[in-house]
Amino acid sequence: MHLDIDIRKTLRSGKRTFYLDVRFRSTSQRIVLLGASGSGKSLTLKAIAGLVRPDAGHVKLDDTTLFDAAAGIDLKPQSRNVAYVFQDYALFPHLSVRQNIAFGLKRGLFNPRARDHHEVVDYWLEAFRLEATAHQLPGELSGGQRQRVALARALIARPTALLLDEPFAALDPELRRVMRSELDVLQRRLQVPMVLITHDPADAEIFGENVLRMRDGRILDEAADDTNLAAMPAIQPSTDALQCRAW
Amino acid sequence: MDATWTALLLSLKVAGSATAISLVTGVALGFLLARARFPGRELLDTVMTLPMVLPPTVLGYYLLVLLGSRSGFGRWLSETFGIRLIFTWQGAAIAAAVVTFPLVFKSARAAFETVDAQLEQAARVLGTSELAIFFRVTLPLAWRGIMAGVLLAFARALGEFGATLMVAGSIPGKTQTLSVAVYEAVQAGQDELANMLVLVTSAVCIVLLLSAGRLAPGRIAHQS
Repeated sequence: MHLDIDIRKTLRSGKRTFYLDVRFRSTSQRIVLLGASGSGKSLTLKAIAGLVRPDAGHVKLDDTTLFDAAAGIDLKPQSRNVAYVFQDYALFPHLSVRQNIAFGLKRGLFNPRARDHHEVVDYWLEAFRLEATAHQLPGELSGGQRQRVALARALIARPTALLLDEPFAALDPELRRVMRSELDVLQRRLQVPMVLITHDPADAEIFGENVLRMRDGRILDEAADDTNLAAMPAIQPSTDALQCRAW
Repeated sequence: MDATWTALLLSLKVAGSATAISLVTGVALGFLLARARFPGRELLDTVMTLPMVLPPTVLGYYLLVLLGSRSGFGRWLSETFGIRLIFTWQGAAIAAAVVTFPLVFKSARAAFETVDAQLEQAARVLGTSELAIFFRVTLPLAWRGIMAGVLLAFARALGEFGATLMVAGSIPGKTQTLSVAVYEAVQAGQDELANMLVLVTSAVCIVLLLSAGRLAPGRIAHQS
C-alpha cells in the first residue's frame, strides 16, 4: 500500500478550536496511528474514508487520489473502496449476521433477504466461525462475535485498505488478546493493507510495522517513515492518562 | 343503521387518505429536519407544529380561504385541473391531513434523530447510495416510531370535526363523517342514532390506541 496524506482541518466547538495538521507517507502494509483520545487520529482515519472533509491538502491511496482540495477532487465514501471498522462496530441492529455481512454486496433499495444464500457470505461466515450465529441479530452476539461480523462485512468487498478505529477498545482484556492475534493472523493471510488507530501501545507493538504517534492534531515523528518500535519508549506519555481511563 | 355505516366508511376513507398524505409529507420533512442543518430550522419546526395547537376551526378557515374559489390558488386548481375541494370528501381529507400532519412529523423527526448516524456512515463506506441508505438503514430503524405517530394521526383524523366542517360541510353520504354525524344526530334529537354512532366511534378508537401502544418506541427489543 502506498498512502500519502497531507491534510489540514479546523474544528470549532463552542469556544474550543482544534487544528488537525497531519502529514505522512507510508508504504507499510500495517500502519498504526497511536495517540490519546482527542489527538485527531479518528479524524484522520475518517478523512481517508471520506467521512470527514479536510479544509485543505490531499489523500492518496496507491494510484488513486481520494481527495485533493486544490484539484477539487473529493471522492464519495461510496467510491473509495476502503473498508472501515468502527470502534463499536456499527452493525445494523435490524439485520441478521448473514444480512450484515452481505450488506455491501447487495445493490438497490432493498436489503439482502434473510433467506438469501450467497457463496461468498458462507465463506466468510465459516472463516470467522459465525455459522451458528448466522440468523441472530447483532444485539444477541458477544463482543468478539460482533467484531468478527464487522470484519467480515468490511472485508467481503475486497477493499484496497482496511481502516480500523480502536478495534479492541470495546473488548475485555482477555478477549482483547485473543482478537488481537486473530486479526494479526488474518491480516498476514489476506495481505490486506491496514491502518489501525489506537491509544493502546500494546496494539502498536503487535501491528505496528509503521507506528506514527499523534498528539494535538499532529504526527510527532512524521519524518520517521520506518520507525522501529524497539527504538521507541514502550509507553508514550500521551497515552498514560487514557490507559487508566480505559481500564 | 345504514347511515352509521355510510358515515363510518366515509370517515375511514377520509382518515385513510389524510393519514397517507401526512405519512409521506411528515416522513420527508421529519427526515429533513432531523438530518439537514440550515438557518431557520427550528422556526420551520414551529410552523410545522402549529396545526397541533391552533383551533381546528381556525385551520379550517385558513383552508377555506386558501382553497376556495375566491383565492388565486383555488381558482387555479379549478380552472387548470377542474379540481374543486370545498364541500367534497377530498377537501375533508386535506383538512384532516393538515390537522394530523404534526403528529406524524413530530414522531418521524424524533425517530430519525434516534437512529445512530454512524450506521449511515458504515453503509456509505460499504458503497450504498444515499437513497438506498434511507430505505435500507434509516427508515427500517425509525419505522416503529413513525408508525406509532401514524396510528395516532389516523385516530385523530377519524375524530376530526372543526376543520372538516369548515371545509367540507355536512352533506350526508358525501362529507358527513362519523364525528359530524354525531353532532347532527344530537342536534336533531335522534338519540338512538347518536348512541350507535358514539359506540362505533369508541370501538374503532380503542382498537387504534391498542395498536399504537404495541408500537411504542419503548417496545423495540432489538435496538441495542
